[in-house]
Amino acid sequence: MTILTSIPDPSPTPEAGALAADTEHVDLRMFGLATFLVADGMTFAGFFAAYLTFRAVNPLPPGAVYELELILPTLNTALLVASSFTFHRAAKELKQSRNGACRLWLLITASLGVAFLAGQMVEYFSLPFGLTDNLFASTFYALTGFHGLHVCLGDLMILIVWWQARVPGRFTPEHHFGVEAAELYWHFVDGIWLILFGILYLL
Amino acid sequence: MTLSLPPQTSHPSNLQPEGWLRYLSFSLDHKVIGLQYLVTAFFFYLVGGALAGMIRVELLSPISDFMPRETYNEVLTLHGTVMIFLWIVPVVNGGFGNYLIPFYVGARDMAFPRLNAVAFWLIPPAGFLLIASYFIAGAAQSGWTAYPPLSLTTPAAGQVVWILSVLLLGGSSIFGGINFIATVLKMRRPGLGMMQLPMYCWAMLGTSILVVLATPVLAGTLVLLSFDIIAHTGFFNPALGGNAVVYQHLFWFYSHPAVYIMVLPAFGLVSEILPVHARKPLFGYTTMVYSILGIVFLGLIVWAHHMFTSATPPWMRLFFTIATAFIAVPTGIKFFNWLATLWGGKIALNSAMLFSCAFIVHFVFGGITGVALAQVPFDIHVHDTYFVVGHFHYIVYGGTVFVVFGSIYHWFPKFTGRMLNEPLGRLHFLLTFIGFNLCFAPQHWLGLNGMPRRVAEYDPQFTLLNQLSSVGALLMAISTLPFLVNVVWSALAGQVAGDNPWNALTPEWLTSSPPPVENWKGPAPLVTHPYGYGVPEGQIDLKAVSGLEIWSEGR
Repeated sequence: MTILTSIPDPSPTPEAGALAADTEHVDLRMFGLATFLVADGMTFAGFFAAYLTFRAVNPLPPGAVYELELILPTLNTALLVASSFTFHRAAKELKQSRNGACRLWLLITASLGVAFLAGQMVEYFSLPFGLTDNLFASTFYALTGFHGLHVCLGDLMILIVWWQARVPGRFTPEHHFGVEAAELYWHFVDGIWLILFGILYLL
Repeated sequence: MTLSLPPQTSHPSNLQPEGWLRYLSFSLDHKVIGLQYLVTAFFFYLVGGALAGMIRVELLSPISDFMPRETYNEVLTLHGTVMIFLWIVPVVNGGFGNYLIPFYVGARDMAFPRLNAVAFWLIPPAGFLLIASYFIAGAAQSGWTAYPPLSLTTPAAGQVVWILSVLLLGGSSIFGGINFIATVLKMRRPGLGMMQLPMYCWAMLGTSILVVLATPVLAGTLVLLSFDIIAHTGFFNPALGGNAVVYQHLFWFYSHPAVYIMVLPAFGLVSEILPVHARKPLFGYTTMVYSILGIVFLGLIVWAHHMFTSATPPWMRLFFTIATAFIAVPTGIKFFNWLATLWGGKIALNSAMLFSCAFIVHFVFGGITGVALAQVPFDIHVHDTYFVVGHFHYIVYGGTVFVVFGSIYHWFPKFTGRMLNEPLGRLHFLLTFIGFNLCFAPQHWLGLNGMPRRVAEYDPQFTLLNQLSSVGALLMAISTLPFLVNVVWSALAGQVAGDNPWNALTPEWLTSSPPPVENWKGPAPLVTHPYGYGVPEGQIDLKAVSGLEIWSEGR
């Protein structure tokens, strides 16, 4: 993590930029992360495609249906969408050098994420089916579980940058890759949930 | 941490091991990582080759007499998995990609050196895990495709280890792909445009796009398959209400692009070798670029041509047949461009060139059988027969592996500073060429006459052709010996190569052999015409200048 502080400023002038290849290149970590998220998104795309195909061609055993309770998941969706906005707010505070406010909003975001996971747990325990009951049950747990794993990791990232941000100057308005990366990841996880919610619960 | 500091305060080499030890270390130098990939992958090539040898020995006689049938299944599964995931993919992507791409874009290293080292170091454990499964619990028996329900009914332990190993290798491949995309798009030396890059950069960009888009789908699918095996869910198990064809779709969504992941880099490498040894510019640069992009796009939408016997509906057969036939257009463009590059050139028929020319021949043959296989009536006839085995070995061995050997003959002087021995190289070529064609050409006949693949026994009428094929395999095994002797002997005592023995113009030759850490002592050369061989030889003054001058002043 000390690597974050040793990245030199990006070249301020075109002339300095022209020498970049001979000294130091620009920070490509966000680009790398975005590419990785494309890959991660393709994993979900594979799962979604599998689920939609199952739904279209595989009849379930008698009594089972492709349908779920909606109240708790809708609340959960609201929590996750809200957390994207609170994270955006946290980054905005950081860009205006308000470190304390940034940490507060990060903590709120993390709490919303934890609340989402708690809601997911409640849903899991209240569902009438288990992992191996039928094809829909298996797909439901695989999809929400894989997404939940992403929420867990995202929450961990938020808590890490929240902890790092306790040191003043650790993240500056210009250089805060950790926060930026966690934010992009969080929005990604949020977006995936919206698709997942759409095809798993609403469709 | 070290690499992100400005060079004047701390040199990256200071904190890295020196000498041969760095090849065993977590080195961040792209050249070291490239050679680590090459050597590791070549080790697994020998392992996979030994497994292929076992298969060919078993098939010498129509009855199953050399090994138990279960062992035969394990051997053919390991052969496919090792050759694809531990030899071809790492060697043409990780090996040559890491070594050459930073040179070609005029960079000191890859975009993410640490990620690069991580990607490499995932490979040895994954490989040994896979091979160890054979000795501990019995390896997977369901082929490299691991189709359910076969993969659900064969012993679980080996299959789970297989999945773990492939997941690790897929992760390695994705990390590598991210690195190549970032390096080609974002690390180009200022002043170097995309359309001025050597063709291998485009090939690696296209390959990496496929890696990033397709590999994760395989990873997700294998996770679901492991649930089916361990937790007894029924995603792909028809007995539990699941759908085995969905697995095939998801598997081939990765594994058809994987063919291009294995062969596109070879296209790129051969596009570097031909102009140098024919002393002519690469013909049709722009069409080459668009062909690669076309192959990338089409490669993503043709997967179901592997599934014409999996109860695919007629509209799907029609679409995937047409889409597959379209791939013949960009690949045909590339084929004619290579021929036109050679046409009227001052061709030096050295080992690198011989292997490259053999690649063109084999690739065209494998490509034609590929177009034939895309036609539903024909495919249904030869599906799962030795015709398919012959076809894809013409692509991956006759195509990619020939290019890998050609590339080693071409770049060995850069890797080590010494030339490979030319007579030994030609002997290697001759044995490989004869052995390869003797081994795989008869398999087309076998397949057309109905010999199924992946079965240890066959109808006695196929005996002679199978024995011919096994003799070819033996020749291929023998051909490795002159190569190994050549590499070891030349690395220690070969003729000193100098910086640029081929008088090549691409940037990796405009530095010392082997290149220094960070690739150039001075500023990186700006090579805007990597194939500028069209001018009379005398006007290119390679000795007097360091590369930068040729390109910034001369033209």
